[in-house]
Amino acid sequence: MNSPLPRWVDVALLPLLNVIIAFLIGGLIVLSVGQNPLRAVQVMLFGAFGYGTGFGYTLYYTTDFIFAGLAVSLAMHAGLFNIGAEGQAYVAGLGVILIALALNGLHWTLMFPLMIIAGALFGAGWAYIPGYLQAKRGSHIVITTILFNFIATSMMSFIIARFLKPPTVASDESAPIEMVSRVLKLNTFIPYFKTAPVNVTVFLAIGGLFAFYWLIWRTKFGYAVRALGHNQAAANYAGISNQKMIMLVMALSGAIVAMIAVNNVGGVHGRLIMNYVNGAGFVGIAVAFMGKGHPIGVGLSALLFGVLYQGGSELAFSMPGITREMIVTIQALVILFTGAMGDMLRTPLARLFSAATPSGGAR
Amino acid sequence: MDLIDIVNILAQTVRLATPLILACLAGLYSERAGIVDIGLEGKLLASAFTAATVAALTGSPWLALLAGIGGALLFSGVHGLASINFKGNQTISGVALNFLAAGLTTYLGTSWFKRGGFTPQLSADQRFGPLQLPFAAELRNVPIIGPIYSGLISGYSLITYFAILAVPITAWVLFRTRFGLRLRAVGENPKAIDTAGISVTLLRYQALIITAVLVGIGGAYLSIAAGAGFIPNMAAGRGYIALAALIFAKWKPWPALLVCLMFGFLDAVQLRLQGIKFPYIGEIPVQAIQVLPYILTVILLAGFIGRAVAPKAAGLPYTKER
Amino acid sequence: MEDSLNQNTEQRPDMAAASSLAIELIGINKHFGPVHANRDINLQIKRGTVHGIVGENGAGKSTLMSILYGFYTADSGEIRVNGAPHSITDSRHALALGIGMVHQHFMLVDNMTVLENVVLGAEDSPLLAPTYAKARQVLKRLADDYELEVDAEAVIEDLSVGQQQRVEILKALYRGAEVLILDEPTGVLTPAEADHLFRILRTLRDEGKTIILITHKLREIMAITDEVSVMRQGAMVKTLQTKDTSPGELAELMVGRRVLLRVEKGPANPGKVLLEVENLVVTDDFKVPRVKGVSFNVRAGEIVGIAGVAGNGQSELLESVSGMRDQLLGVVRLNGAPLSLEGDDGAARARAAGLAHVPEDRLREGLVTAFSEWENSILGYQDKYGKGLGLDIDLARKTADEYIKKFDIRPPSKDLKTANFSGGNQQKIVLAREMERNPDVLIVGQPTRGVDIGAIEFIHNQIIKMRDAGKAILLVSVELDEIRSLSDRILVIFDGKIVGEADPATADETELGLLMTGVHSATPTAAGAGTLKNNAGKGDA
Repeated sequence: MNSPLPRWVDVALLPLLNVIIAFLIGGLIVLSVGQNPLRAVQVMLFGAFGYGTGFGYTLYYTTDFIFAGLAVSLAMHAGLFNIGAEGQAYVAGLGVILIALALNGLHWTLMFPLMIIAGALFGAGWAYIPGYLQAKRGSHIVITTILFNFIATSMMSFIIARFLKPPTVASDESAPIEMVSRVLKLNTFIPYFKTAPVNVTVFLAIGGLFAFYWLIWRTKFGYAVRALGHNQAAANYAGISNQKMIMLVMALSGAIVAMIAVNNVGGVHGRLIMNYVNGAGFVGIAVAFMGKGHPIGVGLSALLFGVLYQGGSELAFSMPGITREMIVTIQALVILFTGAMGDMLRTPLARLFSAATPSGGAR
Repeated sequence: MDLIDIVNILAQTVRLATPLILACLAGLYSERAGIVDIGLEGKLLASAFTAATVAALTGSPWLALLAGIGGALLFSGVHGLASINFKGNQTISGVALNFLAAGLTTYLGTSWFKRGGFTPQLSADQRFGPLQLPFAAELRNVPIIGPIYSGLISGYSLITYFAILAVPITAWVLFRTRFGLRLRAVGENPKAIDTAGISVTLLRYQALIITAVLVGIGGAYLSIAAGAGFIPNMAAGRGYIALAALIFAKWKPWPALLVCLMFGFLDAVQLRLQGIKFPYIGEIPVQAIQVLPYILTVILLAGFIGRAVAPKAAGLPYTKER
Repeated sequence: MEDSLNQNTEQRPDMAAASSLAIELIGINKHFGPVHANRDINLQIKRGTVHGIVGENGAGKSTLMSILYGFYTADSGEIRVNGAPHSITDSRHALALGIGMVHQHFMLVDNMTVLENVVLGAEDSPLLAPTYAKARQVLKRLADDYELEVDAEAVIEDLSVGQQQRVEILKALYRGAEVLILDEPTGVLTPAEADHLFRILRTLRDEGKTIILITHKLREIMAITDEVSVMRQGAMVKTLQTKDTSPGELAELMVGRRVLLRVEKGPANPGKVLLEVENLVVTDDFKVPRVKGVSFNVRAGEIVGIAGVAGNGQSELLESVSGMRDQLLGVVRLNGAPLSLEGDDGAARARAAGLAHVPEDRLREGLVTAFSEWENSILGYQDKYGKGLGLDIDLARKTADEYIKKFDIRPPSKDLKTANFSGGNQQKIVLAREMERNPDVLIVGQPTRGVDIGAIEFIHNQIIKMRDAGKAILLVSVELDEIRSLSDRILVIFDGKIVGEADPATADETELGLLMTGVHSATPTAAGAGTLKNNAGKGDA
């Protein structure tokens, strides 16, 4: 069980190798359809960083992915697999649009915290139910969160079409939030970003990374979460309530991913659009696994996926053979190699290192 | 509503249930052997894509069907590698494979066919079209029996008949054959299999192969029988519905058929009710019916209507421990 | 019951000496990582006998038999079956050689029928119908021949444990087993069921089958075996004719005449009752009662030791008293106040009421091995570190430094992952954490399990120090030596009940051993000596 791998191998080299494998296979797929993966990378990097609007888009995507990644990571630290981030973010959109439309016209500085609270409440509530069902009724959280994604989709499209959609609008979306109430875009004070959608929610995300570190490694709650995630029997021994923690962690996870709603509904779109989350919640799974649940890792992985998403749409223009679905493929490969097959290289690496240091590790 | 309407809705139910039945039985083999298969959705999608692609390239529905199975086998193989050999987390592997299918099919489809992810439209002889059973046309006008025979019993694609037939075959395999006995045992208590001197790994791979064959045919049904080509994300959650049906059926073949037909019926009714206004209630929201299978499964899982007990060893990699 | 057990059959015809060995093991060695589970084992088992193998938990009995059965492969050594050497590579191979095993934890598929379980892996053809037909006949014949009647169509989970065990025996016989290995077969049986099992075994032997019986219950050895081999710490100590030995001799061989570790301790000075356990009934994770009505109390300034063979309810008792496991019936009082076990955080309430707990299995319960040393030094007390939400890391690290110094934890690096400490030092981390909180009641399970000799003395002295500071200490250990040298009073637990109380100063080790192994017939002499009080003399079991 306890492989004698040095710590840096465990926390850095192994995940890095897994990510590299995922990207190599992705590259092979690109190559297999007759495209040049290196040129694709070049185009992507330029699209993501090369100019203001592109970089702004990258940051906008990164913002969503940080929230989703942190939400999945929090559950992961408690030993829970939250596949429901997508649905939780979607339902949180309802909270955000309800408060925003109710107080439409309120200056954004006042609206912003209100939207955060309303979104968090809705996201937390939606995530709490699977948590409750697992803690009290023993239903498996993976299955229930998947089911809740579908239930969220149906419920939300019904609510949007039936109650939120103004008669004058053709597409399935709510009435717009007034510009003054929307979360401020960065381009209003940083012209460099031009038309990019990135708004001040990005600071919330960056702050979230620090807050996450504090929560997990600097609070009693975080201590309990990690104890539970590593060793349930020891948590029981330590008087940590398994049931209470599951419900609390799931609710908090939903509240974190709800910030996607603030970024999009309250900011970028300024309205609640049908299926607006568009997979960001699922990207969170890849981000969390790749980042190993640590804010530094999550931040970097979220940025990587931000680059992939923004650079990917750029690619779609300049290299018509490569679509954004390639990114979903990469995302899948990352989950596969860092999540499901994360220990694939552990044994060979352990053999390599024990051969290199005949005296053995620190024992 | 007259007999013809009822027959039409029921026939539509069977058509909509076909991929569910195949995927559900596929999941049954896998989970009975102790391998959780969240990845049914991805396998449906992957096999729908490979089938449609080969149909478009060769024009042969039979080769296409084989390709569908091949696509599912590839995904099953990766799942087996992750969950049997590397003893990884089966849920994560399944989730990854679902994304992989979603990304890869659209990406490759777009690159190969340049139609925004769609494969070329298939002609009738490139697909598994509806079969007319003998005398279906002649009997059509006989009262009662006529519409039932020609509308409800005749007129499905070969794959639908296979799907229905797969149910008794599965029940027979599971409870009357040596393989079935071992399959059920390995999902409940792999140690019992190991101490009896049978390879757990081999048995589980055999189960995964059957899973792939069934779900592969189910995926092919979507693109070369029900549809006439591949459409991005055409599985549309059917893999998850099949998973829900499997839980609902408590991992048993006959109940699986019933639950899949019930979910298919809900789907058929939902299509039928669109736009119809009822007195007092008004229009029944389609979403309410769409969501019903999921809600029912949640309630079941929470133990409010009976208990769904999964095969005991499902999801656990087998390691000979001290 | 005693009568039926003691009919030792002497009238069987003797087998020819040359071909009389069913099994011969020569120089068997097996390692699990650093653990040397079997050392150079030699063993001869005669055909048509019941051969007992006794030893304490962890003596290597089960490992040895698993090697014979092909579940594990030996690192070195030879196995001879009927005089011919075989390298048994898997269970199927062992079965083909006529070796069957009834595992301690049954290898049955719970939701399948008896018939299905019996034929699993031994089907004749791809279709089951012919196999089932044949199996039904064979089962009927076996039932008639050996008193092994079980309803073939019954589902396993509906059967009693005794019946399930019969299915395991039927499985082996159906496969043509000539040698039958039974691993602790009576551990889960009621006395009546055990009786039935022995009748079956005797019949099997009389029909020429060879039985290998692994057990730690000497009563069973005396009652049913022809020969007995004793194992200790992975090695084979001795093989004896059952009729020429006595439970006393076997108990000594099993435990070994280890030098009593000297523990300096003065007389106890018991004060008021701090821990009271009243009529406690506790079930395990499978809802099987493991503690079956236990009452006792522990006073300030005394160590009460619970002696017993592992698996007789000690673990569940400790977990219940410390708030980790719900009690079915009964009360636990700490300082006079009953401990509420509602919800799943009872351990926190027990700690708040002044209890500290060194769990039996430090790796499973006492430590989060992925945590660093300092993080584990506050496990269970995390809420005391810092006000509000924040965790006072500086204070926790300072605490860790103190503990490292006071308990000489090595290496003295509080940031090292706990998994990387040795067993003794891991135990010290737990002990320091639990002892330094100034608790009123200290519960200690297996304080020195897997701990190197050097640390044992230190740990023992710490426990005595706690006693002398006026703490009430409840000690559970499978090491009888440890119980005897530390305790001021000894309670013997067997099958979930306290079956006797003893004064460690005068108790005789052999007699304690007999009590622990459920041999009640030994109690008259004990009562005569006046040092052992038998609480469970009435009734059976």
